[in-house]
Amino acid sequence: MIRRKRPVAGACALLAALTAGLVFPAGAAADEPAGQDAPKVNLLLDVSGSMRAKDIDGQSRMAAAKQAFNEVLDATPEEVRLGIRTLGADYAGDDRKEGCKDTAQLYPVGPLDRTEAKTAVATLVPTGWTPIGPALLEAADDLDGGEGSKRIVLISDGEDTCAPLDPCEVAREIAAKGIGLIIDTLGLVPNAKLSRQLSCIAEATGGTYTSVEHQDELTDRVNELVDRAAEPVVTPVAAEGADSCAKAPVLESGLYTDREEFGQQRWYRVEVLSGQELRASVSVAADRAVRPDYGVLLRAVTVHGREIVRGEATGNGRTDVLSTGLRYPKAERDDDDSGKPAAEVVCLAVTNSFSADSGVKTTPGLPLELTVDVVDGPDGSSDVASFGLGRGWWLLGALILTGFVAGLLWGWLSRWRFAVWRTN
Amino acid sequence: MRAIRVLGVALLTLGLAAAPAAADSSPSPEASGDSAGPTRAGTSFRTATEVEQGQTATARASTGDYLYWSFPADAGQRPTVQATVKLPESHAAETWQIDVYDGLRRRQACQYGAQTRKAAADTPSVALECVLRTVRAWSEPWANDPLPGTYYVRLTALRLSPADLGQAVDAELRVESKDMGGAAAVDGTLSEPLVPGIAARTASDPADDDDSPTAVLADLEPEDGWTSGWWSDRWIWTAAGGALAALAGVAGYRLTRGSGRPRGVPPTA
Repeated sequence: MIRRKRPVAGACALLAALTAGLVFPAGAAADEPAGQDAPKVNLLLDVSGSMRAKDIDGQSRMAAAKQAFNEVLDATPEEVRLGIRTLGADYAGDDRKEGCKDTAQLYPVGPLDRTEAKTAVATLVPTGWTPIGPALLEAADDLDGGEGSKRIVLISDGEDTCAPLDPCEVAREIAAKGIGLIIDTLGLVPNAKLSRQLSCIAEATGGTYTSVEHQDELTDRVNELVDRAAEPVVTPVAAEGADSCAKAPVLESGLYTDREEFGQQRWYRVEVLSGQELRASVSVAADRAVRPDYGVLLRAVTVHGREIVRGEATGNGRTDVLSTGLRYPKAERDDDDSGKPAAEVVCLAVTNSFSADSGVKTTPGLPLELTVDVVDGPDGSSDVASFGLGRGWWLLGALILTGFVAGLLWGWLSRWRFAVWRTN
Repeated sequence: MRAIRVLGVALLTLGLAAAPAAADSSPSPEASGDSAGPTRAGTSFRTATEVEQGQTATARASTGDYLYWSFPADAGQRPTVQATVKLPESHAAETWQIDVYDGLRRRQACQYGAQTRKAAADTPSVALECVLRTVRAWSEPWANDPLPGTYYVRLTALRLSPADLGQAVDAELRVESKDMGGAAAVDGTLSEPLVPGIAARTASDPADDDDSPTAVLADLEPEDGWTSGWWSDRWIWTAAGGALAALAGVAGYRLTRGSGRPRGVPPTA
């Protein structure tokens, strides 16, 4: 008996082991999203002379930064490709031209060897200038390649000393070049001017700015930013809208990004079958200083120029993004218009009424994010209200009254019938 | 006996193997607890952190950040979004605001609640609230009514002095909703809730769902799934009304017909 059952039990164990084998790698793989490249983070550290100041918890800014880096390197998730770049680490002289070229890759972006990276960080000595703009450009080049999310974390204690290259504009150019590159900035014991500059850099790329006064704040924040880079996010696809519907690119369901200048119109096309519903939403980001009143308009237009539906949004005051959306359920096909093509081309037009003061650069355009979803349309009413159901005391009263009157009539009728029957 | 034991071990192994799988299937590790929500906030619509209704989400952020969360809301619910921001010890006057957007990123109006509030200099915290309109199962495409789907919350300082930029703040967000029942029923439903990226999700094969943790724009569903629009208290009202009408009918009949048959009438009549 036992001998007969053993193969069955063995099969069960095998099945369990197989299932476990199938499930465990899946759990492990959860860290590394399938179909997505590894996220890349470049830490950009200011090693200028001012980092010698001893005003972070009694130790020098440099010492605080080093300690923070050590802790961050320990906590960096496996899948993150981390690199470190310095600015102002090597040239101590007075020549501005030389000082503004002083940026070096301390640890290349790639799989992290914690000991090696820590040793490299330990060698840093506060030295030179603060060439934020050029360093950002180089840091962006370090992150080149791959489709994963990219993040630069800039840690600085002084504003850029390499005018006229405005680091804010550099950040905007970088954001316009690559998709999904975000620059987060941290200011060490910042003054108002540094705060403004660093938050301008952050806002130009959709990043965040934090001011740091204590060492643990620095560690926590950098750790959080590195962790955030490791979270899987949907990467948008670059699209280039045209200035008229006829030339517009055809989009399918998905997430797209584009650039739109002040007052420009961007056109896209989407094919919608009968009985499907088009859902589109658009966000236009204000990545530079804009005037306080603005608007965004998204219109769905037929190829013949008739407007079907629009979504509009206006706003006032400080904002990162202004967005709106629309929905267009296309009716089911009737039998008699079988001559028409099955898919209707819907043109989507995006316009914005952002404006900027003179002196603000208008190129590259404002970042634009477009989501398109084509789903099945609603197939007839299935909601309770349309079944003829009702609610409330009036309904109850009306039903009772009707029932009562019907009962009275019926009773009277049957009495009358009985009387007739009796006389028969 | 032995076979049973082996079977038990096998089942146990299976259970152990399934446990991490079950843990993985939850939308995010932070969302598994009942009231302890995520401890982070997103910085854009695309990266918004998902929060269940009834959870408290917290986030450490800097003044000037734009914090984004998203939550699912279903037809018949009237969500209330509450946010508290703990401000640094010393700061100038700041104005904070929460904005709520629907799944199409259209701004949704608050019926009442302090959506925008000014914090005077050095006040320790500011509390904001937004009571949305009741979420309807359907509306005309030209209307801006709240529809079932994902909702985004954006929390930010609207007006602040440059000196306060980047100061650390602690934000807390909680979404709860009141069930408005059948009073909010309307004539129609959406085929799919207004969840961004739902077309991409329905297109991909749901069978290989659990071993491809690809990023999605929004993943959370209401606790017991999206309603089909079938059930509402209108069924009870209507059925009760019908029963009462029948009783009233019998009563009316007896009133005019009189009780029983006159004597001498055969029962076959």
